[in-house]
Amino acid sequence: MVIDRIRSETMLEAINLGCIRGDRRLFKNLNFALEPGDLIEVRGPNGSGKTSLLRIVCGLAAPAEGEIRWNEKNIRSLGEEYSADISYLAHQNGVKDELSAIENLRISGGLAGNTLSKQEARAVVARVGLSDYQNLPARLLSAGQRRRVALARLLSSRARLWILDEVLTSLDDAAVELSRDFISGHLSAGGIAIIATHQGLGLPAGSTRRLDLHP
Amino acid sequence: MNTSSTLSRFSWLVWRDLILAWRRRADVLATLFFFVIVVSLFPLGIGPEPQLLRAIAPGIVWVAALLASMLSLGRIFGNDYQDGTLEQILLTPQPVYLLVLGKVLAHWLVSEIPLVIVAPLLGVQFGLSQNTLGTVTVSLLLGTPVLSLIGSIGAALTLGLRAANVLIALLVLPLCIPALIFGAGAVEASVDGTEPQPWLLLLAATLIVSLVFAPWATSAALKISVE
Repeated sequence: MVIDRIRSETMLEAINLGCIRGDRRLFKNLNFALEPGDLIEVRGPNGSGKTSLLRIVCGLAAPAEGEIRWNEKNIRSLGEEYSADISYLAHQNGVKDELSAIENLRISGGLAGNTLSKQEARAVVARVGLSDYQNLPARLLSAGQRRRVALARLLSSRARLWILDEVLTSLDDAAVELSRDFISGHLSAGGIAIIATHQGLGLPAGSTRRLDLHP
Repeated sequence: MNTSSTLSRFSWLVWRDLILAWRRRADVLATLFFFVIVVSLFPLGIGPEPQLLRAIAPGIVWVAALLASMLSLGRIFGNDYQDGTLEQILLTPQPVYLLVLGKVLAHWLVSEIPLVIVAPLLGVQFGLSQNTLGTVTVSLLLGTPVLSLIGSIGAALTLGLRAANVLIALLVLPLCIPALIFGAGAVEASVDGTEPQPWLLLLAATLIVSLVFAPWATSAALKISVE
């Protein structure tokens, strides 16, 4: 029974993952398992396959070998059910230049089936420190501010699994501190995160694990 | 996954694309003016020969609509692909088939409906009768969704390529030939004073077939393009 309980708590599993880009093998036999509250930091030099790994984990790319399991089911067979559980912050922000921060949030919320009222959206925008810019089209925001809008999207999602690619890019010190808080908050609420990073997040060791990819 | 939440996501997607089109309305207007100018060039070039103009009107209106659509197809997925929102949309919890349908519907509303609305006005330059102008509208109403649907396949396949718009046209135009033949045929029948209905029914059949198969092909193409 105890074994059953532990097994059912394992939420995200990578089994013998392999990835090939073009004719280059990026990694093979990659295994990891994440339970609620776990964070994995994916480290490695440029071109070592961090982004490829994250894209495989979120299901945008298919692995050359192996599989990703979410609650013991292959994510390929879960489809939309899995999409509802994840939030992916890519290298690109996924923020529409023509829309304001509030509109970006409400629309991505609506698309994810998580409708936000204007007040709720405003509250989230305030948390990432963009209250003064909430109605400006995103094209007028700086790179760091746009990254903050992307962070706000992450915050407003109800996803249990956060998949973040270089989340700290172009953020200033205050925003870096803020994202650390958000990530710890997410983990202590029973969330899971897998984060690709160069510089390290500097989160307390606790349940943080490190996965090094070598080219 | 219950129906109401699927419907709500679908309408968010369409709403989003409508807002974006409104914020970039210059793009939409460019397509429309292209259509207006191409169609108007023929009466100006050929001169006042009512007989000839009436004979060539069906083909010209339809070919111009086809070409104008090519201009806008790249935008169905192109902008979203570039800023990363396409990935985000593909990761939302709903079938890709529905996402494609939503994008296509928005494209049709934004880029094709204006053509349908101005086409009868342009037809006046060719001396078409009121009856025929009605047929022009109906044939375009049935035919332009086919252009959006088939066009979405080309748009998805050429994502991220240079000179995507030219490639889209090369891929999509041949596939649109049935719609062109049936649509122009309907208008021609009406000009000749015969019954356009058989042509319109064929056009409707083309619409149904592309409604079933195009989103499916586009979904597959999208998955390949973002990988």
